[in-house]
Amino acid sequence: MTSATEITITDSTVPDYPGDAGVLGTLSTRVGPVEGLRQTFSLAWRTLVQIRHNPVELIDFSVQPVMFLLLFTYVFGGAIGGSPKAYLMFALPGIIVQNSLFTTMNTATGLATDLEKGFFDRLRSLPIARFAPLSGRMVADLAKQAWAIALLLGLGLALGFRVGTGPFGVLAAAGLVLVCTLAVSWALVLVSMLAANPEKVQIFGFVVLFPLTFTSDAFVPTASMPGWLQAWSKANPVSVISDAVRGLMVSGPAARPVVESLLWAAAFTAVFAPLAVRAFKRRA
Amino acid sequence: MTYSIVTEGLVKRFGETLALDGIDLAVRTGSVFGLLGPNGAGKTTAVRILATLLRPDGGHAAVCGHDVVSHAHQVRQLTGLTGQYASVDETLTGLENLMLIGRLTGQSRSAARDRARELLASFRLDDAGDRAVKTYSGGMRRRLDLAASLVNRPRVLYLDEPTTGLDPRSRNEMWDVVRGLTADGVTVLLTTQYLEEADQLADQIAVIDHGTVIATGTPGELKARTGALTLAVRPARAADVPAVVAAAASFAHADPEVRSTTVTVPVSGEDVMPAVVRRLEDQGVPVAELSLRGSSLDEVFLTLTGHRTEEPEGSAA
Repeated sequence: MTSATEITITDSTVPDYPGDAGVLGTLSTRVGPVEGLRQTFSLAWRTLVQIRHNPVELIDFSVQPVMFLLLFTYVFGGAIGGSPKAYLMFALPGIIVQNSLFTTMNTATGLATDLEKGFFDRLRSLPIARFAPLSGRMVADLAKQAWAIALLLGLGLALGFRVGTGPFGVLAAAGLVLVCTLAVSWALVLVSMLAANPEKVQIFGFVVLFPLTFTSDAFVPTASMPGWLQAWSKANPVSVISDAVRGLMVSGPAARPVVESLLWAAAFTAVFAPLAVRAFKRRA
Repeated sequence: MTYSIVTEGLVKRFGETLALDGIDLAVRTGSVFGLLGPNGAGKTTAVRILATLLRPDGGHAAVCGHDVVSHAHQVRQLTGLTGQYASVDETLTGLENLMLIGRLTGQSRSAARDRARELLASFRLDDAGDRAVKTYSGGMRRRLDLAASLVNRPRVLYLDEPTTGLDPRSRNEMWDVVRGLTADGVTVLLTTQYLEEADQLADQIAVIDHGTVIATGTPGELKARTGALTLAVRPARAADVPAVVAAAASFAHADPEVRSTTVTVPVSGEDVMPAVVRRLEDQGVPVAELSLRGSSLDEVFLTLTGHRTEEPEGSAA
């Protein structure tokens, strides 16, 4: 009693489906670029509206940076920089960079959660641009990044940080940080697509991002480090970006570290964006 | 006769595993089609291909005449998918979830809101619409998930094990909802490992096992084909079970099955009953329970595949 097929398909690949021209005639053949952009913003809205229902997220990108800034300034500041205020002048740019890097984890854990919970399948079954779930997440996270930078800068100013350049320098610094974190987040997107599990993504973040940030000159001048670590720290892209932000916000040479930061960003994007998009397409 | 879903020789491999080994299906427009099989039979793989989430490695599939690979975007405009796990955003409210999908599929803000409210009301979620989904019960989540797949007014709806993990009450509610859908002319492809569910809902059933269709027909036809009746005999003494098995086997067209001390076997006609009684009487076997009833789909599956539905993958003969 096997393969007792009740229905026999006589026609080859084209099924018998007459009629319904009214409905079927209105089908679009592809997603236009404007629609894709609109879908990106709809999905970005979804990521941002989550904050309202999930206050823990607020901690991630509001309380955490404030806590870092206060702890570093008042606990380590005197010991490292002589006085909290002097240290703040050195460390605020570094803390902004550190916080932005850590926040890229949000992009990855968010995507991994969507994959794990099946929400991605829902999105992929809809007639929307294939890139929208990814671009929506990245746009929303850039908005969160911008907010965190503004928050850190505002608090820093209240605690005694002084801008040595001008508003354009500050805007350029913020822009540079956003460009660099966007580049780094491609690597995190790749990790999230491969791991597809928010916990694994978090482990990766701590194993890679944490040491990377702390072996830079984001929080401390490198002079007191052992020679081998100094050599690494100079090459560390986190140092390069921190130096660039210092140059743009406080004073000092900006051109060289800015160019180097942009080169790093370009290199990260060139390597990880294609890999991330490929991994994303395989999933999506 | 029009068919909303047609597949021909659908093949899908995952590494060494052959998940689908040439599936032919034809689903009539406006009907409920049940894809019935145990875990790992290939049901979800088939649905994921039809919902454009997976590409087949061989064969063709078309929805309302549109190929699922070459015209995936058109297919997505015609179909809705409710997966095995409720795929809604738990941190958003029910209303926000439905509105998001409306907005993504090109509805204006007010149209999306109206449609969301309308669906919440018809799935009895209007009171919970402004609460985060993570506060919902399992049954409420499934209903919201189903509502989400209806936002875009699909012509074809895939329900992948829509009641797995639900309590009996929520399951019955879900069944009522599915029955209501076909009244609106929606074609439903339902996968299930619950034989009762296919029996209750489906107009046509395909039984699938190890990636192949092993039988198709209406629930009634399947029962008729595999022995319309099931004879169950429970001897008073456990020691008599072998004697009962031997007696039952001589009248049936399949091997009897023993569960605890009850022996069941599919039989073709009612005249078997007195013959079995006589045989057991001659052998001096006292019988505690004897019944003849219409076969359940579970028994149909056993006859077709030689193993029961709850057996894990790979342990089949």
